[in-house]
Amino acid sequence: MLRIRRFDERASKMVKRGAIPGTVHTSIGQEAQVVGACMALGDSDYMTGNHRSHGHPIGKGAPLGPLMAELVGKSDGVCKGKGGSLHLADFAVGSLGESGIVGGSIPIAVGAGLSSKVLDNGRVALAFFGDGAANQGNLYEGMNMSGVWKLPVIFLCENNQYALSTPAHTVTSGVIADRGAGFGMPGVRVENGQDVLAVYEAVAEAVRRARAGEGPSLVEIVTYRFNEHSEGLRLGVDYRNQDEKAEWVSKDPIVLFREELIRRGVATAEEMDALEADVLREVDEAVAFTDASPFPDPSVAFDDLYTDSKFAVHTYHSSSFGTLENVR
Amino acid sequence: MTVMSYLGAIGAAQKEAMLADERVVIIGEDVEANVYGTTGGSGKSRASEGDFLQQFGRNRIRNTPISEEVIVGAAIGAAMTGLRPIVDLSYSSFLYMAMDQFVNQAAKNRYMFGGQASVPVVFRSAMFYGLNTGAHHSDRPYPMFMNVPGLKIVTPAYPSDAKGLLRTAVDSDDPVLIFEACVLWGSKEEVDENEYRIPFGVGRTLRTGTDATIVAVSGAVPEAVAAADALAEEGISVEVFDPRTLVPLDVEGILNAAAKTGRVVVADPAHRTCGAAAEISALVSEHVFDALKAPVRRVTTPDIQIPFSPALEKQLYPNRKSIADAVRASVGARPAGGNGSVSTPGADAEALSTGAAR
Repeated sequence: MLRIRRFDERASKMVKRGAIPGTVHTSIGQEAQVVGACMALGDSDYMTGNHRSHGHPIGKGAPLGPLMAELVGKSDGVCKGKGGSLHLADFAVGSLGESGIVGGSIPIAVGAGLSSKVLDNGRVALAFFGDGAANQGNLYEGMNMSGVWKLPVIFLCENNQYALSTPAHTVTSGVIADRGAGFGMPGVRVENGQDVLAVYEAVAEAVRRARAGEGPSLVEIVTYRFNEHSEGLRLGVDYRNQDEKAEWVSKDPIVLFREELIRRGVATAEEMDALEADVLREVDEAVAFTDASPFPDPSVAFDDLYTDSKFAVHTYHSSSFGTLENVR
Repeated sequence: MTVMSYLGAIGAAQKEAMLADERVVIIGEDVEANVYGTTGGSGKSRASEGDFLQQFGRNRIRNTPISEEVIVGAAIGAAMTGLRPIVDLSYSSFLYMAMDQFVNQAAKNRYMFGGQASVPVVFRSAMFYGLNTGAHHSDRPYPMFMNVPGLKIVTPAYPSDAKGLLRTAVDSDDPVLIFEACVLWGSKEEVDENEYRIPFGVGRTLRTGTDATIVAVSGAVPEAVAAADALAEEGISVEVFDPRTLVPLDVEGILNAAAKTGRVVVADPAHRTCGAAAEISALVSEHVFDALKAPVRRVTTPDIQIPFSPALEKQLYPNRKSIADAVRASVGARPAGGNGSVSTPGADAEALSTGAAR
């Protein structure tokens, strides 16, 4: 959780001073549901993300340097600078990629569950999506297909209660978790999504079901983003009640979990302070890694468009058919 | 060699691919019951029901709900994680329901994830145009997908091509869309019953000629061949070239065939604007303009939705007469049976509105 928090705080600062091109969407405030879900998965399990997704590969154990370099568009970025903030992926930790299209990666997780089932490799696939994506049709196509095929898929709704400025209750009929029942799967709602252990327990049960061949589950986690939808966005409209926001900020998952660990005697305050210092250092190192990485050479722009580079469309846009003589 | 129908050749290629690699699965609506005739038996024709299901089982032959977006998306996700799916989307009009997954996921995932993913999936669909199936079942949408970098587009016109190109498609680590013209389903020819593959980006010369070149796509190919045969009897020698795959496109083959005769007609059953014919015409004009003796002519389906009535639909697509007339106009000959008027602006306008050749 600390890694995600400090990584996103740094990214937020870097965007504001122009060190990151474009925009980023931070998970600040939502770390407990990210980490609680990822902790319930095994190393070889799959997950797909959404536009608010820096935390997902971090939660799955991805190193910070290549992720930060990707946000800046550097050649050592985890996607070689081709993806950026909206398209982070780290296949080495099972992160099959984010989607800038709301709900767009849900069917990809269904497919990962399908391959797991056909190849019988015991892997589970988890799709992260928000309350906005909960109203996309592909979610329900995916839940239905996963249900009839008993695929090991977990549909995890990160309900941070706003689709940009639109309150979920104004565009969502009924309760998202209840929609699981319509597809013959459990629909579990974790009301306190700021409690990492509560999230873990709910997702762990879904993982158990998936591994046991009992099929998919829907898990809805109620949470809150502390920052704007997108860093730097200034709508000039107070679409979120400030009392509401203050109440959620008072339930900071990192503060809560620190207190819980100390209360249970798992760690001392000094040990937690040292851990926080370690994480800050790790973020500093990620930025140094990013600074040391060059921007990609323009010549690689067409790389990875196709697996066979000779098929890249530029072969006939560029030069080789410039004149009749070349043809003959 | 054995005689195979177009559909039978597809079925034979699917069976070969299923036998060769257990990562190959078939996903689609009604594939268990072999409703569309490519998951059945011997490859010679539409064979016994359910044959693939008995041989490969429900783990690898997967009947889907009618949910095109997740069929396509799940196939992409499965391809990214170890399977090599063949997706039967039946009617190509149904691809539109899954446009987001085709464009934003299939085509982009490998690139935007910096090569971490490959997406080895084949999407097959049939173009039911010309069969009085109305506007929702008669599309020829391959040019739309040519406009999406990252996809490979295949348009086989003969059974032997359908078999060899499908095997190459299954081998491809990139997403491949195969557009099959139903007007070709019943065509038969001698096909090698052994495994073989036809490389993408290599076209096929069906007739050699010296007076004009027809570059033809999909269902227009046999019509172009018939036109060339008819023109030969009039003393007009026509080269016919089928690129077979539109992405990658055999640009060199097209330009050589165009430059050889200097007169080019492109026959393409898709819509005219921004169609495959438009792209091929532009390439010819761009690269071998100096060799041209006449303007490049397109014979396409005009920009119109497909009407139901046979009386209205029949005239719209390129056929042997409209293609031959375009060649005659190109070489300055009189249209057969016509009253002598060669290409004029008025005739062009009429062609646009009726689909008839200039």
